[in-house]
Amino acid sequence: MITYVGKPVNRVDGVAKVTGKAKYAAEYKVPDLVHGWVISSEIAKGTITRIQTDEALQLPGVIQVFTHENRPDLAWFDLSYKDQDAPPGSPFRPLRDAEIKFSGQPIALVVAETLELARYAASLIRVEYEVENHETEFEAHLSRARDPKLGLASLLKPPPPKPRGNFDEAFAAAPVQVSGEYVHSAEHHNPMEMFASTVVYEKNDKLTIYDKTQGAQNSQLYVSQVFGLSFKDVRVISSYIGGAFGSGLRPQYQLFLAVLAARELRRSVRVSLTRQQMFTFGHRPVTIQDIKLGASEDGTITAIRHDAFAETSRFEDYTEIVVNWSGMLYPIPNSKLTYKLVPLDVFTPLDMRAPGGVTGVPALECAIDELAFKLGIDPVELRLKNYTDRDMDADLPYSSKELRECFRQGAERFGWANRNPQPRSTRRGHTLIGWGMATGIWDATQGPARAEAVLTVNGKLRVSSATADIGTGTYTIMTQIAADTLGMPIADVLFKLGDSDMPLAPIEGGSWTAATVGSAVKVACEELGKKLFKMARKMKNSPFARANLDDVLFADAHIRLKSDPSVAVSLREIVDQNGGHAVSETSTSTPNFLKLRKYARSAHSAAFVEVEVDEDFGTVRVTRAVTAVAGGRILNPKTARSQILGGMVWGISKALEEESVLDHQFGRFMNHSLAEYHVPVNADIQNLDVIFVDETDTIVNPLGVKGLGEIGIVAMPAAIANAVFHATGKRIRNLPITLDKLL
Amino acid sequence: MTNFSYFRPGDLNSAIGDLITHEGAKFIAGGTNLLDLMKENVERPARLVDINQLSFNSIEETEGGGLRLGALMTNADTAYHENVQNRYPLLSHAILAGASAQLRNMATNGGNLFQRTRCYYFYDLATPCNKREPGSGCGAIRGFNRIHAILGTSDQKPETACIATHPSDMCVALAALDAVVRVTGLAGERTIPFADFHRLPGDEPWRDNTINPGELVTAIDLPAKGFPQYYAYIKLRDRASYAFALVSVAVALEIENNRITDARIALGGVAHKPWRKPDAEAMLIGQAVSVADFQSVAEALTEGAKGYGHNTFKIELAKRAIVRALQQAAKLEPTP
Repeated sequence: MITYVGKPVNRVDGVAKVTGKAKYAAEYKVPDLVHGWVISSEIAKGTITRIQTDEALQLPGVIQVFTHENRPDLAWFDLSYKDQDAPPGSPFRPLRDAEIKFSGQPIALVVAETLELARYAASLIRVEYEVENHETEFEAHLSRARDPKLGLASLLKPPPPKPRGNFDEAFAAAPVQVSGEYVHSAEHHNPMEMFASTVVYEKNDKLTIYDKTQGAQNSQLYVSQVFGLSFKDVRVISSYIGGAFGSGLRPQYQLFLAVLAARELRRSVRVSLTRQQMFTFGHRPVTIQDIKLGASEDGTITAIRHDAFAETSRFEDYTEIVVNWSGMLYPIPNSKLTYKLVPLDVFTPLDMRAPGGVTGVPALECAIDELAFKLGIDPVELRLKNYTDRDMDADLPYSSKELRECFRQGAERFGWANRNPQPRSTRRGHTLIGWGMATGIWDATQGPARAEAVLTVNGKLRVSSATADIGTGTYTIMTQIAADTLGMPIADVLFKLGDSDMPLAPIEGGSWTAATVGSAVKVACEELGKKLFKMARKMKNSPFARANLDDVLFADAHIRLKSDPSVAVSLREIVDQNGGHAVSETSTSTPNFLKLRKYARSAHSAAFVEVEVDEDFGTVRVTRAVTAVAGGRILNPKTARSQILGGMVWGISKALEEESVLDHQFGRFMNHSLAEYHVPVNADIQNLDVIFVDETDTIVNPLGVKGLGEIGIVAMPAAIANAVFHATGKRIRNLPITLDKLL
Repeated sequence: MTNFSYFRPGDLNSAIGDLITHEGAKFIAGGTNLLDLMKENVERPARLVDINQLSFNSIEETEGGGLRLGALMTNADTAYHENVQNRYPLLSHAILAGASAQLRNMATNGGNLFQRTRCYYFYDLATPCNKREPGSGCGAIRGFNRIHAILGTSDQKPETACIATHPSDMCVALAALDAVVRVTGLAGERTIPFADFHRLPGDEPWRDNTINPGELVTAIDLPAKGFPQYYAYIKLRDRASYAFALVSVAVALEIENNRITDARIALGGVAHKPWRKPDAEAMLIGQAVSVADFQSVAEALTEGAKGYGHNTFKIELAKRAIVRALQQAAKLEPTP
């Protein structure tokens, strides 16, 4: 019997994507479509005193300009504007009033018969402001740092744990101490595909919306609540997404504007953002972290203090888990962890790949490297010496943790044993060569979800759930799971997603989709199998008349007796006898919380990196990197490897290149183009290697998977920074490590 | 983007005539920079005169033993041209250090000279920029100026302040090679030495070059001397490819019997034009290669350099790049 889970199955959506058949939100052809162009605020704080739209409106073909002055009455309460990923606070409402809260705020939507006309008309609109002083400089306003407001989001993002032991005493008594301040800049997600919504105005005022989102039902919820519509009148479709990295976890403002225009004009409307406008909403927040570590001379870490300060907007308290990781990675008896926010005149930050994890863990892992150097202990040795099988914060054992094996296999593949511990010990001409490593960790979570499995009249299996595939391989792994559960050839299985009409699924993020939706797909297919078996038993002369479900297996599109597989009924035969109807089953999968609460659950990784640094110019190149991952069961080694590679590339980007720079004169991100917001090009990426270590986990979820979306990035920035230290003897605690910092 | 009319003339005279008779008209060749600027509303030409039909798309020998690079030759075809590669390898290297393969396939030699600065503020209509909007001020000077100029800036008067750089790689090599720009206008043809083609911001930062309205670049002449033996082009940037230079250095040397007999050094990414300083270059003449004091040359070349905060690192980086490029050109260092 052929099985697919665990095999490097090609992407089932690959051909559609490379041949252009896969359609993205802005690509749907709709009759009588009109186009919206967003006008963005030029100031960061103040009030619009005048918007002159006459000149634009006089152009033939310009239909309307929507501003705060003509916005219709919409939902009154903040609650209506809260999407599934909304942090505590008061969500931004586009065109609500004349107040400007951040630079780039959408202040008008020009709607015209063509995109070009809308864009031109937008250039004719004059806006006058009463400017107020803005505060965007994070470091200048640290004194305003305060505790985050708690809300529903705190369930998934718990605040720092209570102090353990006595940090102050333990640190003071520690013979070896390190301390440092770690900073990283703001970053914007910048997926290839710009945010866009095509709103189709249907009969009876119904809306079909093609939206770029990581949760079709999240967009549906938002639109329904804000515009006072019933769910059945709002259908959101998001079949393909050209990257998102978390930016699609919240509905973006183009969705609001497109729906508003469509409803007011009773016409189909498309609104697509520009690359510059991709810098006008959520981003990874600037964060400053202070870390102090105390250890005994043998390398036992006895004390940690980790204080983080992060930026948020004036209207919402976006939080991440930044400081909680030390207790999960190291058995440090005395710890004191704090996390505070500084509200600024910017848009609310937003989850970006490994939110908080790739902020806090790199700082911690650089500090550990500093400690290893000070102690004269190999960095891997120090981590093994302080290894734990328990999460100290939760005081629970890990459901599985093969991090030790990650260290061993990663080090072996990399050749770590040959490392000369002395910084600046390896050079070739002007090139200094350094090796560094770091640990990564990310939560392995599962949520509830539903899926439908249908055996069609043609004997094909069609499975669906309203989740998303942002390029991660969701389509493919769900198809594999469904095929294996019902013993179907993969060519006869079609998995569909990204439609709010489909069974309920949560927003796609946090590395939880494989576990969450995968479990739902498995259960739905199992339930369908039970139903088919019952039907098979009732068939005339059924060979299963006296058999139980336990006595049969599903293979080769047949139900077969385990004791004699030649005794079989094909699934096609079963559906043929269903009066011309398909057979379907919809099921819910919920995590086994009673079981899960007894365990800590995480994916782990170890990254080993070689850098070359020109000692005169400070240019850094990552010439080699190995990441070993303990991520539970690997459903598809091919898409899994791509996930980790993508994470590693972004790790290089974060460590060396990526940075959204605010000009505080204008309170505005200035390098808002892909020419000046640097991400790696092919020439930056050299030899990357991925290892999946064997990890069996019977607790984490029925599939034994941990999710791979974030774990690939978490360890890389610190491994690179540590390699740069090893190469140059310079400890750069401020990411990205651009050449000027090494001169 | 605003509406514009479009005209594709078949010969030089009608191209120039059309441009002069239409207010707000601009020439377009490869369009790799102009179209971007139009989309951002930075450039708002009323008319585009497309010169791609004109016949300036060849590379020919000149009477003086040099090469004439047609203005409409693409950067890619120029960089990979046998005579350029063999006789002017510095130019070939510089071109290939710029942009991406796709852009070099579209961009022309003439167009490369007219690239506008990549200053963030020049591109962003929400901020002041004297180059884009004369008299509005300079956002960069007290703002985010990582990529900005350290030499020859204009920073005394707010209404003319400008610390923009010229972004080209090709032009840095052309400056080092003492190329000559051939232009044709209503008054006929004239030549402009490369050093005089681009200008410093001075009191008119909105003017990038010294060409007159209605003049069209038809070719770039390379002198016979191509420095094929001793040359180097170093480009330092924020990633390995497809980024503008923070600092670039073109060096061309002539060495006889271990003595330097001619030296050219041009810097990119540091000023409003490719930066040369003949008296600094003269310090090298007659020096023995093995003992030449490259550090002093670097100091002299960057004399008067001024940082504005984010870009202050460029002063030291430029010196180091000059020394390394001289070492590479003199073959004291391997070229990577």
